[in-house]
Amino acid sequence: MGEERLLEFLRRMLLIRRFEEKAAEMYALGKIGGFLHLYIGEEAVAVGAMAALEPRDYVITHYREHGHALARGLEPGKIMAELFGKATGVSRGKGGSMHLFDARRNFMGGYAIVGGSLPLSVGLALASDYLGEGRVVLSVFGDGAVNQGEFHESLNLAALWHLPVVFLCENNLYALSTPIERASAVTEVFRRGECYGIRGRQVDGMDVQAVYEAVEEAVARVRGGSKPVLVEALTYRYRGHSMADPVQFYRKRQEEEKWKQWDPLLRLRQRLESQGRLPPELRSQMEREVEAEVEAAVAFAEESPPLPAEELCHDVYSDKT
Amino acid sequence: MSTQTKPSPVETTYREALNQALREEMRRDERVFLLGEDIGVYGGVYAVTRGLLEEFGERRVRDTPIAESVIVGAGIGSAMGGLRPVAELQTINFSLLAMDQIVNHAAKIRYMSGGQICVPLTIRTVSGGGNQLAAQHSQSFEGWYASVPGLKVAAPFTPHDAKGLLKASIRDDNPVIFIEHSLLYSTRGPVPPEEYLVPLGQAEVRRRGKNVTLVSYSRMVGLCLAAAEKLATEGIEAEVIDLRTLRPLDIETVIASVQRTKHAVVVEEGWRTGGFGAEVASQIAERAFDYLDAPVARLAGADCPMPYAKNLELMALPSEEDIVAAAQGLLGR
Ligand SMILES: Cc1ncc(C[n+]2csc(CCOP(=O)(O)OP(=O)(O)O)c2C)c(N)n1
Ligand SMILES: [Mg+2]
Repeated sequence: MGEERLLEFLRRMLLIRRFEEKAAEMYALGKIGGFLHLYIGEEAVAVGAMAALEPRDYVITHYREHGHALARGLEPGKIMAELFGKATGVSRGKGGSMHLFDARRNFMGGYAIVGGSLPLSVGLALASDYLGEGRVVLSVFGDGAVNQGEFHESLNLAALWHLPVVFLCENNLYALSTPIERASAVTEVFRRGECYGIRGRQVDGMDVQAVYEAVEEAVARVRGGSKPVLVEALTYRYRGHSMADPVQFYRKRQEEEKWKQWDPLLRLRQRLESQGRLPPELRSQMEREVEAEVEAAVAFAEESPPLPAEELCHDVYSDKT
Repeated sequence: MSTQTKPSPVETTYREALNQALREEMRRDERVFLLGEDIGVYGGVYAVTRGLLEEFGERRVRDTPIAESVIVGAGIGSAMGGLRPVAELQTINFSLLAMDQIVNHAAKIRYMSGGQICVPLTIRTVSGGGNQLAAQHSQSFEGWYASVPGLKVAAPFTPHDAKGLLKASIRDDNPVIFIEHSLLYSTRGPVPPEEYLVPLGQAEVRRRGKNVTLVSYSRMVGLCLAAAEKLATEGIEAEVIDLRTLRPLDIETVIASVQRTKHAVVVEEGWRTGGFGAEVASQIAERAFDYLDAPVARLAGADCPMPYAKNLELMALPSEEDIVAAAQGLLGR
């Protein structure tokens, strides 16, 4: 893989990490309300997967989606403004952290009902197929979603109708406090498509290049008209489930430390450095630029106007009939 | 010299009117397609989609597995992707398996996305009892759906409205829950041969009268009309309002009528507690209290699961006699 591309991956992962750290800060200051689910630790999955898509492809995902949105190219300022509940947010302040949308980028939203977005991804793929558009749908969800009926209904129908969906499970080993082995009779998520004839593949979700290659291969297969593919990315969230989660109740420190040794940013940085492709000045320049971008996002969110009262019941219905 | 006369309406069944609506909209717009259980080869459990597979093929008439959540979800997703799906759920009882998709997804996507994405999905389904199908096959949940912002709910009584409302629902850019009634499929009524739509959100006064207003929708409108006939023989002139759409609700037509008649009976098949009739009654009370000569009367399904036994089932549903008695009661006769 080319140097340019890997540097770009590093930059995007760094942007996600700094954005999330800043979001945590803003939450502590009371600028952000509601639930805030941080993506720190999982950056390689979003960056690798989004890089494998074309602009025309659809992305649909769950509520831990700041990373997906940033990797898909949504403006950091508009995402931060959404978290602040401002009219300039990607969803005009109506969605919040769990419901980021950008129709222009075919980013079809984050959804907060575990498993609920999977049927929608089948429908998006059906539309693409019906209209002969050649779009692929990247459908992202957590390990908690795979025991929902909607997961099985969706895999079955997508396989039955040969629809262009890449199902991407971000297996971070926990669904809130519940470890996967206490929730799933079969813990290898990638095998769970077998009974629908769906090819599965497990990938190291802490390695951005590996994710990219796995998703790219899946996308190519699916775009070529084969059945859907299920990719399982093994990853780990460093923080609590949400800001309110006392993670020490169910996770061991040693486990966290183990995963942090495989940190996706650290690994890629070390790799590039050892190959002499990331000199210190380039690295600090990248850090400075990303920090400036995040600061600018906060400033934009801060300065944006609040939602006017007329917005309350606006956008419930489309007037066009 | 020739005179231009409108072609006269054709007597058509409710079932056939629905079939015409689907056929016409599918011919008109390539993006309209159907999905649901047993709708293709079989033509639908109530035979509404019969013949459509033959005309439009498997791409546009799609038999699905028994998986209500993904039937509706695939409908929503395909609507987000630019299609105009019509999903059939065999009965409203099974819609509970798709409740998450309907309420948490279809109804919310436009709002949560700040107006970026709309969901032009129609869900056709069958509500109500009266066929001795017992507790799991005789329910009326349209009132629940009508309480959800983001959804529209249509519940036609006549073949004319069934056709016009279904066509309007398919053309609507919002998710519409379209309620049919199994006991209406074989009823007949005039349907104009030319193209027409019935807009969502307009009630219809089916019979004029000055003494009491009977408000209902779907099959219960027929009972109200029969009751009005009986009441007329006693010198009571009942006005019968067919709501046609529960959301948006045309309460203005109801209020205007009650202001004249000063008496209202609200009739529905669904359970009394928290029923849709309670919403109508409370809006009458809020907006026309000073006009009322008596409290609003409500008739609804009995507060129990639907029994199988015929005699008990009849007791569980409002009847023509109940409506007559309620109107007489209000008028002190
Ligand atoms: C249907 C449903 N049940 C429960 C919840 C509450 N809940 C929110 S996130 C979550 C855990 C989901 O874990 P997973 O799918 O693994 O995603 P992760 O948070 O690990 O990224 C739970 C139980 C919900 N949002 N939706
Ligand atoms: Mg998880």
